[in-house]
Amino acid sequence: MTKMKIKHVAATLIAAGALGAMALPASADDQFVPLLAYRTGSFAPLGIPWADGKMDYLKLVNARGGVNGVKITYDECETAYATDRGVECYERLKKQPPTGASAFDPQSTGITFAVSDKAPSDKVSIMTVGYGLSQSTDGSVFPWNFPLLGTYWTAADIMIQDIAKREGGMDKLKGKKIALVYHDSPYGKEPIALLQARAKKEGFELLLYPVTAPGVEQKSTWLQIRQSRPNYVLLWSAGIMTPTALREAQATGYARDKMYGIWWAASEGDVKDLGDVAKGYNAVTIHNTAGRGKVHDELKALVYDKGQGSDTNGTTVGTIAHTRGMVISMLTVEAIRAAQEKFGKGKSVTPEQVRWGLENLNLTQEYLESIGFGELMRPVKTSCQNHTGDDWARIITWDGAKFQVKPDWYRSDASIVTPLVKEFAEKYAKDKNLTTVKCAG
Amino acid sequence: MFYRENGQFKTTYRSDQQIFPVRQDRIFIFAVLLLAFVAVPLLASDYFLKALLIPFLILALAAIGLNILVGYCGQISLGTGAFMAVGAYAAWNIGVRFPQTPLIVEILLGGFFATLVGVLFGIPSLRIRGLYLAVATLAAQFFVDWAFLRIPFFTNYSPSGNVSVPALSVFGVSLQAAIPKYLFVLSFVVVFALLAKNLVRGAIGRQWMAIRDMDVAASVIGIRPMYAKLTAFAVSSFVVGVAGALWGFLHLGSWEPLAFDLNRSFQLLFMVIIGGLGSILGSFFGAAFIVLVPVALNHIPGWFGLPLAIDTAAHIEHMIFGALIVFFLIAEPHGLAKLWTIAKEKLRLWPFPH
Repeated sequence: MTKMKIKHVAATLIAAGALGAMALPASADDQFVPLLAYRTGSFAPLGIPWADGKMDYLKLVNARGGVNGVKITYDECETAYATDRGVECYERLKKQPPTGASAFDPQSTGITFAVSDKAPSDKVSIMTVGYGLSQSTDGSVFPWNFPLLGTYWTAADIMIQDIAKREGGMDKLKGKKIALVYHDSPYGKEPIALLQARAKKEGFELLLYPVTAPGVEQKSTWLQIRQSRPNYVLLWSAGIMTPTALREAQATGYARDKMYGIWWAASEGDVKDLGDVAKGYNAVTIHNTAGRGKVHDELKALVYDKGQGSDTNGTTVGTIAHTRGMVISMLTVEAIRAAQEKFGKGKSVTPEQVRWGLENLNLTQEYLESIGFGELMRPVKTSCQNHTGDDWARIITWDGAKFQVKPDWYRSDASIVTPLVKEFAEKYAKDKNLTTVKCAG
Repeated sequence: MFYRENGQFKTTYRSDQQIFPVRQDRIFIFAVLLLAFVAVPLLASDYFLKALLIPFLILALAAIGLNILVGYCGQISLGTGAFMAVGAYAAWNIGVRFPQTPLIVEILLGGFFATLVGVLFGIPSLRIRGLYLAVATLAAQFFVDWAFLRIPFFTNYSPSGNVSVPALSVFGVSLQAAIPKYLFVLSFVVVFALLAKNLVRGAIGRQWMAIRDMDVAASVIGIRPMYAKLTAFAVSSFVVGVAGALWGFLHLGSWEPLAFDLNRSFQLLFMVIIGGLGSILGSFFGAAFIVLVPVALNHIPGWFGLPLAIDTAAHIEHMIFGALIVFFLIAEPHGLAKLWTIAKEKLRLWPFPH
């Protein structure tokens, strides 16, 4: 390259930079939402539709005119599911103008743990829809964490309830064997405490089979399962571990319809390539996120038909992960709306005010209908004591080509989950020397 | 022109043997320290301190530890992540079980336990070397990963197996804000870098280097390989353990074994190789290259206002980063530290090259 050319390129780059700086006029009354995502790395098949869903709904909200006229601005940051990358993203986006980060959805258990530690002093909320620490439901110990709509404990409890229903009652579980095949990480270990409590109460035997990450080697696990012959297998897997487990189940002759996957182990991408091999595989979904709502039509009309959709390949819209991403963004937006109603309609709100909104969400059925989520969710109400809100869930079954939703709606048994949340939250507060918040009422 | 030691006469052994015999180097290093201790906390943003400088400093410290082992003593190790994990978990356990322990003592005890484990896994180095030793230290990595995942005692029976540190303070000063955190880490790194520099200049460092260059010859001239190798493992894993404790306590605050997995070991090894084997300064260069370059690459499209999708940006970042590594290793196989030395040599002749 000659000197002349280098000069030319430099000039073009500077011009491009100047243009770029002008092209982003962030008005003072916008609301900033950070989007942490993993579109690369080994979990990308789940991360891409999830990230698309989160972004698409924010686009839709802006196309509808924003939140009482306040437009949402957003910035994506790639974490590749790595904790240090996620912390970097968090630090980068937490104070982003104009408002600072409304609320973070870290999309990873590891990043959640690391940023939960920083959130109270930065005064931003961490939303973990369907993941994170289960005891963070207790808002008096975890004022800045919101495991909305469900945790691993509620999910595990709901799986046990569906099993009991198939067996014909909770009392029929006595003497049965239920195995948990889990990703050997905090993510996979999370349900154990609840399952142990359930096992003690119902008298079934809980067998634990840890699988070392990433989970491509499961031969010995499934041989053990073949020997111990559990009546049901619960699968707490991620990424490549899910299809591997299903293939091993087929190889060892374990019935797939006796298997229950957690929501992160049951996206279309996990089973599509398996087809009939995974037929009968059950999984739990957050509310009815495997369904289709009016919001999908609206998204098509207002965003995709105008060529502004995030999904450029036409593969992610309508998948469970995409819908779940939309639900997460919807909850963020509704928290912003709730905060606006309290602190000033039509004005942007601070992250601290968004926290109030997250704690005082009250989404009625009529309201959910009006924003197109009527078919996807049941009403949700959060409070200081209960940062999860209403933990409805449904069971879905893979029929070889798509997930079929079973008719029942479940919610976790408060008599099991609530004492556990209290116990573990208290232990956490004691270990960390936290002063707890007093919840009103 | 400015960098020339003409007229700086050494009249004592002491002045001849100081760390930076050239006056300009001393001025430079004082300027850097002044910048790091005074100017940076005053000027840098929260993001810069918390997301860039603190991880950079801690990983530089870990790289110094690894460099002692790999660069100075010639023992290849793939277990650095494991030794970091031991430091972090040991410090955390001491904090949980003896809550009155001061933070600095916790961190140093973390280093002490890492030393024990390091020496234990260093024993095979007495019999095997090279790639075989690398595989033996790999065993340390897998064993430690396994232990912290499966033995509930180490995580104080935490149900999910992740641990989380309480609010930190040292001498009554809270370490929650970015600036005290940064200064705390910086002090640790400066003290340990100085200690390491002096160790490698002294008798023990010369023994390590003799072992590295040819262990048979070294033992012929009276160096005990066992002593030299095991001290290298001990010192190295102590420094790495302290870095691990700092990483867990001050950078992450809450972690799972994944934070110290095999990728961390590789990352540190790359730092040492790219920065320069057998150079304390090189550890800083290597850490800066591995920590800061990807973040910078990530920001570049944004500075020019190019609306790149984050996944494209991530892929491009990987490609450029890989290309840079290859380029530097071809241009200067002895690492960035060697480039620095060459630059200094050139400066001495400047402006009259011959």
